[in-house]
Amino acid sequence: MARIELKNIAKSYGTVEVLRNIDLDIQDGEFVVLVGPSGCGKSTLLRMIAGLEPITSGAFEIDGKRMNDVRPRDRDIAMVFQSYALYPHMDVARNMGFSMEIRRDAAEMRKSRVAEAGKTLGLSKLLRRLPKELSGGQRQRVAMGRAIIRDPRAFLFDEPLSNLDAALRVEMRLEIARLHQKLKATMIYVTHDQVEALTLADRIVVLDSGDIQQVGSPLDLYERPANKFVAQFIGSPTMNVVPVSAASGGVILADGTFLALPHLDDTGLAVELGIRPEHIDVVDPDADALAAVADVVEHLGSDTNIYALVEGLGPIMVRVHGNIPAKPGDRLGLRIQAPNAHVFSADGRTLQRDMTGAA
Amino acid sequence: MGFSQLKRPALVVGKYAAIVFYLVFALFPLYWLVKIAVTPDRLIYTDGTRLWPSEFTLSNFVAVLFQTDFLSYFSNSLIVSLGTAALTTLFAAGAGYAFSRFDFGGKKLIIAIMLITQMFPLLMIIAPIYKIIAGLGLLNSLTSLIIVYTAFNIPFATFLMQSFFDGIPKDLEEAAMMDGCSRFEALRKVILPLTLPGLGATLGFVFTAAWSELLFALMLISKNDTMTFPVGLLTFVSKFSVDWGQMMAAGVLALIPSCLFFIFIQRYLVQGLTSGAVKG
Amino acid sequence: MESRAVITRKQNTVERGETRARRSLYWQYVVEPFVYLSPSIILIGAVMLMPLIIGISYSFQSIELLRPFNTGWIGFENYAKLWADRKFWIALENTFWWTFWSITLQFFLGLGLAMLLNTHFFGKKLFQALVFLPWAVPTFLSALTWAWLFNPVIGPLPHWLTALGILSEPYNILGDPDLALWGPIAANVWFGVPFFAITLLAALQSIPGDMYEAAEIDGASAWQTFTKITLPFLAPMIAITVMLRTIWIANFADLIYVMTGGGPANSTQIISSYIFTTAFRRLDFGYASAIAVVLLILLMIYAVILLVIRKKLVKV
Repeated sequence: MARIELKNIAKSYGTVEVLRNIDLDIQDGEFVVLVGPSGCGKSTLLRMIAGLEPITSGAFEIDGKRMNDVRPRDRDIAMVFQSYALYPHMDVARNMGFSMEIRRDAAEMRKSRVAEAGKTLGLSKLLRRLPKELSGGQRQRVAMGRAIIRDPRAFLFDEPLSNLDAALRVEMRLEIARLHQKLKATMIYVTHDQVEALTLADRIVVLDSGDIQQVGSPLDLYERPANKFVAQFIGSPTMNVVPVSAASGGVILADGTFLALPHLDDTGLAVELGIRPEHIDVVDPDADALAAVADVVEHLGSDTNIYALVEGLGPIMVRVHGNIPAKPGDRLGLRIQAPNAHVFSADGRTLQRDMTGAA
Repeated sequence: MGFSQLKRPALVVGKYAAIVFYLVFALFPLYWLVKIAVTPDRLIYTDGTRLWPSEFTLSNFVAVLFQTDFLSYFSNSLIVSLGTAALTTLFAAGAGYAFSRFDFGGKKLIIAIMLITQMFPLLMIIAPIYKIIAGLGLLNSLTSLIIVYTAFNIPFATFLMQSFFDGIPKDLEEAAMMDGCSRFEALRKVILPLTLPGLGATLGFVFTAAWSELLFALMLISKNDTMTFPVGLLTFVSKFSVDWGQMMAAGVLALIPSCLFFIFIQRYLVQGLTSGAVKG
Repeated sequence: MESRAVITRKQNTVERGETRARRSLYWQYVVEPFVYLSPSIILIGAVMLMPLIIGISYSFQSIELLRPFNTGWIGFENYAKLWADRKFWIALENTFWWTFWSITLQFFLGLGLAMLLNTHFFGKKLFQALVFLPWAVPTFLSALTWAWLFNPVIGPLPHWLTALGILSEPYNILGDPDLALWGPIAANVWFGVPFFAITLLAALQSIPGDMYEAAEIDGASAWQTFTKITLPFLAPMIAITVMLRTIWIANFADLIYVMTGGGPANSTQIISSYIFTTAFRRLDFGYASAIAVVLLILLMIYAVILLVIRKKLVKV
């Protein structure tokens, strides 16, 4: 097991800089998820940790030892690829035992480890099959089996679930969570799917265009996003963001409504207000609230999503728990839960929520 | 084309006429070669343009095999073609792998040079090559032919091998490297087993090309005991230009290895011809 | 127990290997590709590029193996001789007709075959194998086969052509200066159709099938589908194939050398066969190299013109 440290890591291809100032300290046994939109550099970072991509500058250390120039084979790290990368000409057992074959471990030991991993992952009956004879979920399991069999210092996952259908994805997500609980190994997991990030991670690293935007626990990121990018990236459905102007003790919405934000220290720099769909209450249309008209209504059973048009403000999405009998064209009153609102400055920073947070 | 349009009777008739036309055009010359080869010499004139020989004999083949030097030509050609195919495939596999998997300085330049070698008139270098080989004292040796043919075929074979390597996901090698392989081990244990069909196809293409080459062999080989099949056959034709049956029997024999390799590489024709895009 | 031991051993190598590791990464990214490439580079350099340069230098020298004492630098004398050489100008004209007719016939027959193979019919696989067979026939054998087919003693073609009224009597057209070039052209077309058919078929099959379905739903006729969808899709492939093929055919001397040797009376001599006969028969390497340099320059001009035209036609 291992502690992995990235110190001021950067990566560029020629003159194109794809990663900058990456500082990250991953504790032994921690599950860290790298998340971000495609092209943000998260896969490149993972491949640099694996040793498949040279590090342009900075220091990469495992257990305090500099590993920048160590070949992948000597890093003792296992990786699960997005495409699974199963060797098409080898059966399941040989695929899983390949790393031990390369290390020339004794055949009986290899056999028993393969059998054990096969049992853990429910592959015992498939050990003689070739990858092309397996379903997507089974291939995914073989890829994981190949990683766990060698008891590596750390596991890397590169979007491992993106080739599965929705139902399997949930199942395999649980499997990975279970695996982490059992092995207590250091795991680094790359995904663009924030649900995977929120459900699996001890800590999430949000990346955008080569920079770390925020590092924190799932709840941290949801409740205290460092900036507008993180605020909109984490959480589903996406946070509403509307322009505002600053006022003392609160902000003024575009339709002229004053929203008091007493919990905020300083709203003087505020230009935008962010509010999650679940933090807006639907009230009587004649009440003292934002006047809106429902445009599209989605009944999900457990929740109701309402895409509403607010007078002078534009489209706002609202999520209400339970099933409410709204339909397109209905007049609604919307009330923002002020304590859950976020305000952003012109450069996208979140303005601090309170004194304790600022400390 | 939508099949509804093909239901029109005129089109259907036209289509089958076209099929017959292409078949006859492709096969008739070869059929005629075989036909004369199995017709007894004394009947060649009387049979004339008859489509079917009135008598059938293998005596021409027997004569070619046992009374002439064709067996020696045949084995020389086999040595040259197999040697060229093996060497070319080995070198081209290395170069194709480098093109497919590495980014390095000068890559574009090397690819450009290889493309250009496919376009300039090869006959342009026939005189210098003759002088160089003569200077080395390697005229009339099969080795010199193998070296020359290998160089000629490397560019095309490299592009072909590269297209096969490109078809194998990079992830596989990276997975192997994560599993503890060095790059070379990954190549040997994971990539090469998956490229076997590609290696086979390249062998076939290069063999066929080397088997057909005439002009450089004519220039570099003048002694009877090192002649390759094309040179031997041409010498035979100019010496005994009336022994039609035997010449054609020799021709049929020269056709056999090419046809065998053709059947073998048929599946890869499209890939081969489009990746090189220049080779005949 | 044992696996623990393995891991400890590995960590030891890592510790010792730090400086070596740095070298190994350098090795991996800079040196390694050239290890795989070097045999090819060395061979191409030694057997193709070096002789190419020597060949260009030969064109400014007098090198006749039959007159070994006449060797030396002569400047542009070979080129001056070439300018005045009537055979060269005949060969240039023949090269044009040879290439033009070969490529035209190969292309249209190849396109027809590709479109035929793009439909479904019984026994298509076997048919495809059989019609592609001429491509595998060694060129010298194609040449001999066709030479024999044109021979009135053993071949049927002269008799058939007479019966059709094209020839007045069954004689060998390879001996007739007016018609001889058609012999090698016929062999070349026979041999080259499969190549065009294969490349065009690959291009045809890359056209997405729903394009045709969409066109059919939009009510396009078969001819409209062909001109509005098939041809525009094939155009880039056609352009590049025809360009490369033209160069290849202009260089292709085997068929002519075997079938006619350039005769009768140079009526079938093309530039590349002229290079070969000059080098091989007369052993005049200087003059042969001068012709070759001119051919190289002509082909380069042709390639540049085509590239310019292509750039103008392709709207990006």
